[in-house]
Amino acid sequence: MSEPLVQIKNLKKYFTVETDLLGRPTSVLKAVDDVTFDIYNGETFGLVGESGCGKTTIGKMLVNLYRPTSGTIIFNGQDLTALNDTKRREYCRDIQLIFQDPYASLNPRMTIGDIIAEPIRINKLLPSNKVEARVNYLLNCVGLANHHRNRYPHEFSGGQRQRVGIARALAVQPKLIVCDEPVSALDVSIQAQVLNLLSDLKDEFGLTYLFIAHGLNVVKHISDRVGVMYLGKLMEIATKDELYENPLNPYTQALFSAIPTTDVTRKKERIILKGDVPSPIDPGKGCRFFSRCFKAFEGCGETFPELKDVGGGHRVACRLYDGI
Amino acid sequence: MENNTDNISAIQTTEVLEKPESQLREMWASLISNKGAVAGLIIIAILTFVAIFGKWLMPYDPNYSDMAISFQPPSTAHWFGTDQLGRDIFSRIIDGTHISLTVGLSAVAISLTIGTILGAVAGYRGGKTDAVIMRFMDMMLAIPSILLAIAFMAALGKGIDKAVIAIGLVSIPEYARIVRGCILSVKENDYVQAAKVVGNKDVRIVFKHIVPNILSSIVVRATLGISTAVLDTSALGFLGLGVQPPFAEWGDMLGRARGFIFSAPHTLVFPGIAITITVLAFNLLGDGLRDALDPKSRKI
Repeated sequence: MSEPLVQIKNLKKYFTVETDLLGRPTSVLKAVDDVTFDIYNGETFGLVGESGCGKTTIGKMLVNLYRPTSGTIIFNGQDLTALNDTKRREYCRDIQLIFQDPYASLNPRMTIGDIIAEPIRINKLLPSNKVEARVNYLLNCVGLANHHRNRYPHEFSGGQRQRVGIARALAVQPKLIVCDEPVSALDVSIQAQVLNLLSDLKDEFGLTYLFIAHGLNVVKHISDRVGVMYLGKLMEIATKDELYENPLNPYTQALFSAIPTTDVTRKKERIILKGDVPSPIDPGKGCRFFSRCFKAFEGCGETFPELKDVGGGHRVACRLYDGI
Repeated sequence: MENNTDNISAIQTTEVLEKPESQLREMWASLISNKGAVAGLIIIAILTFVAIFGKWLMPYDPNYSDMAISFQPPSTAHWFGTDQLGRDIFSRIIDGTHISLTVGLSAVAISLTIGTILGAVAGYRGGKTDAVIMRFMDMMLAIPSILLAIAFMAALGKGIDKAVIAIGLVSIPEYARIVRGCILSVKENDYVQAAKVVGNKDVRIVFKHIVPNILSSIVVRATLGISTAVLDTSALGFLGLGVQPPFAEWGDMLGRARGFIFSAPHTLVFPGIAITITVLAFNLLGDGLRDALDPKSRKI
């Protein structure tokens, strides 16, 4: 396998929920808690998990929208967390973000042309007489026409707006694109188009994707490797085929048993979890999934298990596999 | 490759034929399709004309007093009648136009500029910066504005220019609060985050991505602010701190004539109408601008 493009090590992001009178935090939300994984050059890394599990927070830390509480992000050999603000902005330009909601991610006061040209202009990537041709080229790449340049976002459909968002992300010629649930706000018929567009662009521009989603079928369609998150913790990482065929963590098993299937001959046992997702505020020391786990045993509530390699790059955080 | 660029330029030329309108032109087209805004614009144009060329339009010297003809009702000789000192009210209203317009516009310009910057910094930076700026604004709001203006006047001295500064400073908190509130609601939008991700600097994000999206509220507030500024000036003038007699100013005329409301109502009515029309014109224009500045409500 090729070199890792991104190495995320012990990444943490805590949000302060409440403070006392002196501004000291009394209640902390652990959105991302000690997460470590790599993204290799040229792959699509899928990150799945339910709402609020911290997957978007990881994406936003990568593109410099959030500062990590601790931990390191090494991108292209450079530790982003060690840089000052100006330098970090410069390096983070190579990481772009495609937003979930195409209706909120485009400035309603700017034309499509200005939206796509802006990253090129402010970063002075091209002489000003070549910007327009570049914008036209990008529009064509994402399946829009040149004359769309003078229109405003409200004149477009959701799918078209998402294409504009993709063109904007491509404008700075990034190495990594964080796709934050790029299709979950779209119509199912449009989802496939946008996913195929993303695959095509990946080959054309030599991109690497961090694909954040909660739609398991979507992730299966597009990813090379998949990470499963639960309440700020990474529970399991494996290649797509390995993970979908042989999920090891009980949480992953329960999650995947919920994928609807059209194959009537295949018998499936639906694992129904009891209770709700616990609050990410003060979740306790043990395994985050302990309170709802159907395979929990004594000791699960005491310490959170480390991610353990069980062979072939398949890593899982669960005490069931401690003996292996 | 060459073929490709040819193609692009060919498409561009047809585009130019299809969509010749620039953003400004579209705004203008939308503005003049709004009847109220056109009426406001016309009135403001007339007022501006009167303010500049008033000297040649007035039939009498506005400051010439003839006690023999005081309190004359409107007639062919004196269209709006004469005031308590026998001065021609029509001439005085014309003379007062430039003061009222200048005062209104410059006081709003002062408070709008400083208020927008303070509000933008407070709203965008948040945290301690926000707390410090907004507590200071709250302190200013806690004192009645006219009292604060008088305090400023006491420090700055008398005169219409000082009055403008005092009125401008006093209304800063209103703009700062509005701008801060709008920025708070806009800055969490994805497109602001997107602007950050593509590498925009903070100043550009605020003034290119946030302020245009809150402009409509600011513009509407500013047009209303012009009328408040005109009224505040007259209040200061009435207290002897603004325009110094004998110079004509609408609010000052109104204030000095208030004792004659029953015996000679025309001395109050005409300056009052002048203020109302000016205020109305700016409000109509503000409404039209709000629609024209928003591409979504723009009629094409």
